[in-house]
Amino acid sequence: MGFRSAVITFPGSNCDRDMAVAIEQVCGGEVHRVWHGDATLPEGLDFIALPGGFSYGDYLRSGAMAARSPIMRAVVEAAGRGVKVLGVCNGFQVLTESGLLPGVLMRNAGIRFVCREVALTVENNTSAFTHRYFKGQKITIPVAHHDGNYFADDATLDRLEGEGQVAFRYAEEVNGSARNIAGVLSEKGNVLGMMPHPERFIEAAHGGIDGRALFEGVVKGLVRA
Amino acid sequence: MKVRVFVSLKNGVLDPQGRAIHHAIEGLGFSGVSDVRAGRMFELEVDDSVTDAMIDEMAQKLLANMVIENYRFERVA
Repeated sequence: MGFRSAVITFPGSNCDRDMAVAIEQVCGGEVHRVWHGDATLPEGLDFIALPGGFSYGDYLRSGAMAARSPIMRAVVEAAGRGVKVLGVCNGFQVLTESGLLPGVLMRNAGIRFVCREVALTVENNTSAFTHRYFKGQKITIPVAHHDGNYFADDATLDRLEGEGQVAFRYAEEVNGSARNIAGVLSEKGNVLGMMPHPERFIEAAHGGIDGRALFEGVVKGLVRA
Repeated sequence: MKVRVFVSLKNGVLDPQGRAIHHAIEGLGFSGVSDVRAGRMFELEVDDSVTDAMIDEMAQKLLANMVIENYRFERVA
């Protein structure tokens, strides 16, 4: 069976098509589009992506309503079985709100929405998502967010750093994130949340291709669910 | 019966919105305000079957993000 993936669309998601195209072009295989109100996921998935956007209009807190939608029960269950789950931007916020990743994404320290290309450092290059990068590699990926200021208590941050769960760090000041954290892995390493948008940098016409290696890594994963 | 749930940031959590509001208050010419913390309040219209334990659960599961926020609630006759 070929590579099977799903992109979840919540009301207010707006990067779901970009995500699906990136997966189609880089990973290939079958990309299923799944609606938030669905209770079940397609069978035999290798990879689930939660896209960027403004799910439920960011009501209550970014990602809070989406994290409680019917499909997320199935996503949490699939993550527990080891299926790879990527959350980008609003998808990262949904992952923290659903408890799949620790911490929370708060309002940017500078108050303003930040929309530009940012420099990142690859901190962990052994995960299913990041093994196609070099450790310490400087890459450029666009961000576009208002609530990207990662926060967790010091004990949690120490644990994330100690266990290699920090996937990416900002190599410049972007949003006030604790310890410049831009992307976080789950304990088992099969869930990745990140504020930058790798799906927006997969072909030269986008202005950069540094996001491509992430999707290549997912399909040629070291860890296969 | 009405229940008011107040959600506020925990001590020590930076509040950029509160800081901006504080700045705006000073910009309006008010002095003597040393800090502003922004929060939110929810009014729930409930019947007698809704217990305090249920309200705690609603607050902890949804209304507040317990990583950064505290809550308290009061019943209003």
